[in-house]
Amino acid sequence: MSGWGGIETPPAAGRPDDIRAVPVRHPGRWVAAALILLFGASLIHSVATNQLLEWHVVGHFLFDQRILEGVVVTLELTVSAMALGVILGVMLAVMRLSPNPLVSGTSWLYIWFFRATPVLVQLLFWFNIAAIYPSISLGLPFVGVEFAHGSANTVITTYVAALLGLGLNEGAYMAEIVRAGIISVGEGQTEAAQSLGMSRLQIMRRIVLPQAMRVIIPPTGNETISMLKTSSLASVIALTELLLAAENIFSVNYKPIQLLIVASIWYAAMTSVLYVGQYYLERHYARGAARELPATPFERIRRGLFSLRREGARS
Amino acid sequence: MSEPMVKAEGVHKRFGRLEVLKGITLEVQPGEVMVLLGPSGSGKSTFLRCINHLEKINSGRLSVDGELVGYREAGDKLHELREPEIARKRGEIGMVFQHFNLFPHMTALENVTCAPIRVKKIQRDQANARARELLERVGLPDKVASYPAQLSGGQQQRVAIARALAMEPKLMLFDEPTSALDPELVGDVLQAMKQLAGEGMTMIVVTHEMGFAAEVADTVVFMDDGIVVEAGDPDRVLGDPRHERTRAFLSKVL
Repeated sequence: MSGWGGIETPPAAGRPDDIRAVPVRHPGRWVAAALILLFGASLIHSVATNQLLEWHVVGHFLFDQRILEGVVVTLELTVSAMALGVILGVMLAVMRLSPNPLVSGTSWLYIWFFRATPVLVQLLFWFNIAAIYPSISLGLPFVGVEFAHGSANTVITTYVAALLGLGLNEGAYMAEIVRAGIISVGEGQTEAAQSLGMSRLQIMRRIVLPQAMRVIIPPTGNETISMLKTSSLASVIALTELLLAAENIFSVNYKPIQLLIVASIWYAAMTSVLYVGQYYLERHYARGAARELPATPFERIRRGLFSLRREGARS
Repeated sequence: MSEPMVKAEGVHKRFGRLEVLKGITLEVQPGEVMVLLGPSGSGKSTFLRCINHLEKINSGRLSVDGELVGYREAGDKLHELREPEIARKRGEIGMVFQHFNLFPHMTALENVTCAPIRVKKIQRDQANARARELLERVGLPDKVASYPAQLSGGQQQRVAIARALAMEPKLMLFDEPTSALDPELVGDVLQAMKQLAGEGMTMIVVTHEMGFAAEVADTVVFMDDGIVVEAGDPDRVLGDPRHERTRAFLSKVL
């Protein structure tokens, strides 16, 4: 059959020959690669051969009891502050989207306040709270009902001060992330759920939030990684987390660089674990968003090996 | 004659200063299939959305199965219904949307079972069995475990019909169910709707499918600019329209 303008479709007779052509040369790429290799080699050489770095000191303190205890405190603080932040964030985001102006206004004010002041200042504020509220009680205001009572210095320990400072601040940032996730879910989803007779809470919990998660997870992973490192600010209010544990050691042995390297290795290791966790969490909430889930790194390696073996068998 | 399934008397709806519905009066009897025709912007979809209270009407009276939509009448006063009551009533009316609006994070089966399990508190195995039955009825017995993104538009819309039917509605609303579909996929969806009409479901359908209107509808209503221009038997309205506006519209779409 002849096509338009008399162009004949060629008969499908086997595979046509592959094109063999002289490839374009890229001298610039070779020069750039050589420069980077040279620079990298000299950096590694200087770090490895610098006697003043005293790598054995790093090795000696890497699994020191005090450092390990600091790691545990850092992890505890990160997890608890993020948990507080996420819970507050979801509440504030839902409040922010409320039709009641007082409710959404309160959420706005909270977010504004905590984003408008530095987290280090907030940490110092909670640490010194006893100066203005020497005693703290839990009860109903104005009617004199009291459930619990304590001195601020015993209730607000350094850990609690750090948790409040980091967690309350995180809530403000998480609120914006969750809100972005919620409004990213189309109006049609809510309407479809409403037309099926679902309640507002059911729609939020079963329909909107699971879909919002796809938008919420990546920046939340980012926030967690950021929190892991921001938690080092708590060293300023004398909470012995990883950084202060290292500082306590080098204030005695005068090896600050080595102990900062020890702390950095631990921070980097913990961050890397979070990377992996975030990857799998994202994959979980990608269900239904793409036709097929992306391969896990293990699957990719397996596939790579398999295709290598096939190539080998062919040649 | 029995009580009408839907009764609208002088229904008005405004969006800000824009008046979309300017007094709609019509009745749909149980088991009747009504097709709403009209140019875009004529208020067909808005009227449909008022019936299950996705939109609130500004004046007039609108009732489904003898009960006012969104209000309770006590003496000569109207009381707004609380959200759970509105939700309960919505659950008795199925709706199918132009863009399907399936829940993308759930499989076809989960889409169909979600509302029966959460709203009607039906046991999961029972809901699953019923959902399989419904998906088979719309011609998708092998798509139970597929996510919406893995289905064609026509298949998605049939899952959406099954999802609405799972709540055992007494009335089904179709808002341009085939407008977003490729032409070759329209037939399967119309077939499922025809089958449903044959089983005696009360249906209100906004569509541009004239063939469906002529073949399946008991009544055709032509709307333009927020009012009902004419209504009646499909052969009569489509074959011998009395109004100039109806004639002009039909000459463009037929």
